[in-house]
Amino acid sequence: MRTVLTIGRNLAVLGYVLFALFPLYWLLKIAVTPDRLIYTEGTALWPTTFTFDNFRTVIFYSDFMVFFSNSVIVSLCSAALATLIAAAAGYSFSRFRFRGKSIIVVLMLVTQMFPLLMIITPIYKIVATLGLLNTLTSLIVVYTAFNIPFATFLMQSFFDGIPKDLDEAAMMDGCTRLQALRKVILPLTLPGLAATLGFVFTAAWSELLFALMLINSNDSMTFPVGLLTFVSKFSVDWGQMMAAGVLALLPSCLFFVFIQRYLVQGLTAGAVKG
Amino acid sequence: MARIDIVDLCKRFGNIEVISNVNLSFEEGEFIVLVGPSGCGKSTLLRMIAGLESITKGDIIMNDQRVNDLPPRDRNIAMVFQSYALYPHMNVERNMGFSMEIKRTPPDTRRQHVDKAAAILGLGSLMERLPKALSGGQRQRVAMGRAIVRDPSAFLFDEPLSNLDAALRVEMRLEIARLHQRLGSTMVYVTHDQVEALTLADRIVVLDHGVVQQVGTPMELYESPANRFVARFIGSPTMNLIEVAMEDQQLTMKSTHSAIPLPALVGAESATQLGIRPEHLEPMPAGKGHVQGEVEVVERLGSDSFVYVQVPGAGRLLSRCNGNTRLQAGEAVGLSLDPAHLHLFDEKGQALR
Repeated sequence: MRTVLTIGRNLAVLGYVLFALFPLYWLLKIAVTPDRLIYTEGTALWPTTFTFDNFRTVIFYSDFMVFFSNSVIVSLCSAALATLIAAAAGYSFSRFRFRGKSIIVVLMLVTQMFPLLMIITPIYKIVATLGLLNTLTSLIVVYTAFNIPFATFLMQSFFDGIPKDLDEAAMMDGCTRLQALRKVILPLTLPGLAATLGFVFTAAWSELLFALMLINSNDSMTFPVGLLTFVSKFSVDWGQMMAAGVLALLPSCLFFVFIQRYLVQGLTAGAVKG
Repeated sequence: MARIDIVDLCKRFGNIEVISNVNLSFEEGEFIVLVGPSGCGKSTLLRMIAGLESITKGDIIMNDQRVNDLPPRDRNIAMVFQSYALYPHMNVERNMGFSMEIKRTPPDTRRQHVDKAAAILGLGSLMERLPKALSGGQRQRVAMGRAIVRDPSAFLFDEPLSNLDAALRVEMRLEIARLHQRLGSTMVYVTHDQVEALTLADRIVVLDHGVVQQVGTPMELYESPANRFVARFIGSPTMNLIEVAMEDQQLTMKSTHSAIPLPALVGAESATQLGIRPEHLEPMPAGKGHVQGEVEVVERLGSDSFVYVQVPGAGRLLSRCNGNTRLQAGEAVGLSLDPAHLHLFDEKGQALR
C-alpha cells in the first residue's frame, strides 16, 4: 500500500515538473532551431539540425546586451533597496510595540489590494513631473515601493521565528540593541534576507507593465520591453526572441544558485529548546 | 558581588499591575529564590532587575547606585534564560566568550576565561560544537558557562531547569548549588518549583499576584508560614487545612461541631482554619488521637507512606508516616495532631501566632 502511495506521489510530482518545465524546454528548442526549420518541422521535439546563430545575432547584432544590463541594474538595485527597507521595517514590527503600528500594517495591506493597472496613470504623471521618464531610476523607485509591503511581511515572519530571548541574551552579554541585531539576529535571518532578495529580484526582472509605460527609449529599456522589439509590424523573429529569452533566464538561475544555500532552513535549530 | 535593594517597585502592563509595591534587600553573596505560581510576577521582577523590563514606579539599587535607567549591558549582571538562548550560529566556545568579544578583549585572555569556565562545568570536549549538537543538559551548562565567563556581580536565573527531565534537573540543581558555593556571587533564581526553592535558597521570596507574601529562610517558611498561601505553596505534599471555629473555649470542627481536644492555642479565638502538615498527623488505633476517620488510600513510596484518611466534617486529610505501616484501605483509624506544629489562620488567611 505504502509503495503504491509513494509511486503515485512521485508520478504526480513528475507530471507537475514536466508541465512546469515544458515551456522552458520549448523556449530552448526554438532558440536552437534554424529559422528555415521552425515552420517546416512543426512540433518535432528536437530539430534535425541545430544552430547557435540566433544567440550570436542576439548578443552581437541587437540591443539585447543593453536591455540585459539595464535589467540587471534595475533588478539588483530594487532587490537591495527593498530588502534593506523591508528588513528594518520587519524587525521593528516583530520586536517593538509602537503607536500607529496597526495603521501602518493596514496601509501596507491596502497598497496590495489594487490592480497595478489602476494606478499606472497617476504613477506616470508623478514620474513625468519629476522628470524621471526614460530613466532606470524611475523603475527602481517604483519596483522598490511596490515590493516593500510584501517583503516586509516576509521579513517580519522570519524575525518572528527568532526567539526574543536571543536579543535579550545578547543585550545581557553587553550588546546594544543594534549590536545584538547585527551580530546575533541578522546572521540568523540570512535565509530570510536571501528569500526576500530573490523574491524582489525576480519580480523586478520580469516586470513589464511599468517598464513599458515609463520607458520608451532603447537605451533604458529593460529586458521584458526589449523582447517586444523582436516583434515587428510584419513578422516575429521567433528564433532570436527565444534565444534572448533563454539568455534572460540565466541571471535568475544564477541568482538562485547563489542564494539557495541561505534558503535552507534550520539555521536557528538549537537556539532554544524546541 | 552585589547588594541589591528593591524599593517600592511597581510594574504595570496597561491597567494590569503585575508587581505592586515590592520592597526587598538581597545581601552580597546571597542565594535568593523568587517563587510563586505562574503569573505571580516573579519573572517580571527578575527581568526588571536585569534591565530587560522598564520600571513603572520605584527604584532598583545595586551597590548604592540607582540602576533604573541603566541598560542591561551596564549593570554587570548575567542571566541564564529558561530557553538557554544560546546563539545558534556560534560554537560553544564563541557562545561563552561572546560577552568578551563584544568588549574587544584580546583573544588570549578570552580563551583563558572561557577555558576556566568550561573546566568548572566539564564542557572542555564540546568547545567546537554548535548548540544544535548538544543535549539539553549540555546546553544548560553552556548557558551557565556564558554567565560565569562574564564574572558578573550578580547572576539571574529564570527557571533554568524547567526544560530538563527529572533526573537531569536534580543533577543540575546540585551543580548550581556547587557553583554558588564556589563563586560566592549574589544569585537571584526564579522558579515555580518549591523543591528547587527549598533546596537552593539562602532566603526565599514567595510572590502571589505581584505581592510579596513572605521572605525568609526555607525553614522559616516551612515552619512558620505567614499566611495560608505560603503554607499551602511551600511543602510537598501540601498542608492539610481543616475548617474550625471556637465554641465554648474549645476548638471545634466547623461542619460537625465536634471538639478537637487540643490544649489552648494562642490566638485561637479568631481562627477559622487549622493547618497541619502531613508529617505531623500521626495515625493511631481507632478511638485514639484527636480525630477519627477511615483510611481511603495508602500510597507506599518505600521510605514513606501517604495515608489518605476521610474524616467526617474535615474532609480528606493526608498523613505521612513510616514506609512499613500496616494500615489498609477501609480501616478505621484515629489521627493525632502534633500540638507543637499546628498553624491557625484567620478569616483573611493570615497566620495567627
